[in-house]
Amino acid sequence: MDAVLLARAQFAANMSFHILFPTISIALGWMLLFFRWRWLRTHAEAWLAAYRFWTKVFALTFALGVVSGITMSFQFGTNWPGFMERVGNVAGPLLGYEVLTAFFLEASFLGIMLFGHGRVSERLHFISTALVAAGTTLSAFWILCLDSWMQTPVGYEIRDGVFHVTSWLEILTNPSFPYRFTHMMLASAITVCFLLAGISAWQLLRGVANVSTPRVLRVGLTLAAVLVPVQVVVGDLHGLNTLAHQPQKIAAMEGIWHTERGVPLLLFAWPDEKARTNRYAIGIPRAGSLILAHDPHGELKGLNEFPGAHPPVAPVFFAFRAMVGMGVLMLLSSWWGWWTLRRRRHDAAALPRPLLRVLAAMTFSGWIATLAGWYVTEIGRQPFVVQGLVRTADVASDVPSAMIATTLALYIALYLVLVTAYVAVVTYMAGKPVDEPPQTPQSSTAVAAVAAAGSTP
Amino acid sequence: MNVDAILPVVFLVVMGLALLIYVVLDGYDLGVGLLMPRGNADEKDMMIATIGPFWDANETWLVLGVGILLIAFPKAHGVVLTALYLPVAVMLIGLILRGVAFDFRVKARDRHQPLWDRAFVAGSGLAAVSQGWMLGHYVTGLASGWQYHVFAGAIALALPAAYVLLGACWLILKTEGELQARAVQWAGIAWLPVVVGMGLISVVTPLVSPTVRGRWFSMPEFIALLPIPLMTLTALVTLRAMLGTERVRGSLCWLPFTLVVTVFVLGFLGLAYSLYPYVVMDRLTIWQAASSPAALKVILVGVAISVPAIAAYTVFAYRVFRGKAGQLRYA
Repeated sequence: MDAVLLARAQFAANMSFHILFPTISIALGWMLLFFRWRWLRTHAEAWLAAYRFWTKVFALTFALGVVSGITMSFQFGTNWPGFMERVGNVAGPLLGYEVLTAFFLEASFLGIMLFGHGRVSERLHFISTALVAAGTTLSAFWILCLDSWMQTPVGYEIRDGVFHVTSWLEILTNPSFPYRFTHMMLASAITVCFLLAGISAWQLLRGVANVSTPRVLRVGLTLAAVLVPVQVVVGDLHGLNTLAHQPQKIAAMEGIWHTERGVPLLLFAWPDEKARTNRYAIGIPRAGSLILAHDPHGELKGLNEFPGAHPPVAPVFFAFRAMVGMGVLMLLSSWWGWWTLRRRRHDAAALPRPLLRVLAAMTFSGWIATLAGWYVTEIGRQPFVVQGLVRTADVASDVPSAMIATTLALYIALYLVLVTAYVAVVTYMAGKPVDEPPQTPQSSTAVAAVAAAGSTP
Repeated sequence: MNVDAILPVVFLVVMGLALLIYVVLDGYDLGVGLLMPRGNADEKDMMIATIGPFWDANETWLVLGVGILLIAFPKAHGVVLTALYLPVAVMLIGLILRGVAFDFRVKARDRHQPLWDRAFVAGSGLAAVSQGWMLGHYVTGLASGWQYHVFAGAIALALPAAYVLLGACWLILKTEGELQARAVQWAGIAWLPVVVGMGLISVVTPLVSPTVRGRWFSMPEFIALLPIPLMTLTALVTLRAMLGTERVRGSLCWLPFTLVVTVFVLGFLGLAYSLYPYVVMDRLTIWQAASSPAALKVILVGVAISVPAIAAYTVFAYRVFRGKAGQLRYA
């Protein structure tokens, strides 16, 4: 395999592993703030129990996000030394502001949020939780701004092959940024909804539910039922924006080879890049044009208009179907759940077992949809690293393939172990009885529990 | 010197400070990680509790330091990280293992805890050793040749020893009783390798680099610089003497940590003086490696506003958890 493809695979492995955790921690931070706020307002034990359990999940998620984020800051230099040399004047400040304004904020106040109880006032603790949540969101803001700029570059001029900024305002409001940011924030929220609902459903099924379980299930399910349809609309708008700025990406997503009118919506096909056609295509006539051009006879550009400058078709095509397919499942299951919940007078503990099984199975569905979405947009930008301007191959490092392959294998092995451990530990924690609240202190000599961080009952 | 020429210097200072703060802060928690196998089950929990609220933020200084290398000196970032590709990967794997094991060990099944403890120790070790290896290669200008590998190998052993010393002194500061007494012993054991390592770096760097030799061994600079090695030596000797006294476990428990930090700061100053104005020794000066002044100005605004804020809330977080470490419980 050539070095560029290996470098891309390694970068993708690191990115894919990293994004799993921010996807959860961004929205979970706000969710914890909500739980805490409800507890402060109502003093219902259920909200405190919910806060305490999900804080532990948050801590674990955050730790994985931090360590994989550190990897990212090195990967730019190790894998794409040319990237910063060419577009450093744009990417540098955006990445810098991410570290300066967001990363430190979240990491510093996390300690107080997690362990500060009793050492700071309730008010300051609440503010710390809010700052952590705000930090994670701000972090996403800067990173998505840079990613969007790489997709739809504006506000620059190129002198001697190096990008120079002409307008920061244009960069901060680059055309795809509002759509991508909203799409990702919703993805995070929906991922967390299904995580909350799924773990709670699993607890009910296994008979290990605690006082907070029905409430958390209800919050997750209700919010999912509201947000998934919103995401469908936002996704559509994002798609239209992509059509305007990166038609070759849309062509790959839809498997359109020749420019034509009345394009069908392909439900399944096998894109054959050599023959430049689709095999075994099953589609709905004209629906593709209807969705993308909002006109059944609308014309869509085909891949053949972009010789040597369009992305590999099959991965984009299939990733897009995985994302949409997962979205449909999410829509159906959240609405089914929400409808049933209404019928059962909002008593989540009384939900039927088949529904609970479906929700439990969907616990990590947000991860699949989010990853698939990222593959669509990032592979869909290839062969460029900055759309239309800088080719990925031109910024790659000259590190020998063998070295990249070795470290890639190491990273993948480690990541597989860690994702498995993460899922296993979250499930294990969910199966344990709820802790007593911190108001009933343990014997101060129980040093064994010192670092047990609340995990001992 | 006009403003555009000063900007890279400003960023070099910020990057240097970020890396210094990283080495000190993550140094003590990596050191505690390396000492973990020496504690019994209760002591392990206590050791972890002393670093629990801080380690996330400590690692962030590495991201800032490398981030500034990336955004202010993109050419150097490429050169350095391509040359150090493998040790960087090892360090990252170490940091990942260490960070996740920290959280997993208390949340996973009890029978899995020893496994995560081992991952924590192994991760701390990998990170510390690879950082030493990288430091060794970095100060010799990323040159290749067996003698440079031997030198880097020596630093790869000395830096973890320095971290262990720092970690042991951190434990002296943050714990009491039996564990504190053992931390005093551990500090004593780590002391000699640190002295040897620092001596080695001070002797070898001028030998392999004419630039460094010229900087240090010419008059009157030599006289002006003499305080750096002398103060380092004084701090190290004072520390050694301190460890034998009773008060190190009482009213002066803060002193060993302060002394080791002083040694780190002095070592850093010495290195900084040796290297300046190179960002890659004898190959790339900060002006050759810097981004455009326009980009640097934009980042500078952010640095000027946020770094004081970061410093303020870092101090605040340390104040919240000041004194002897206690039970770590989620709020």
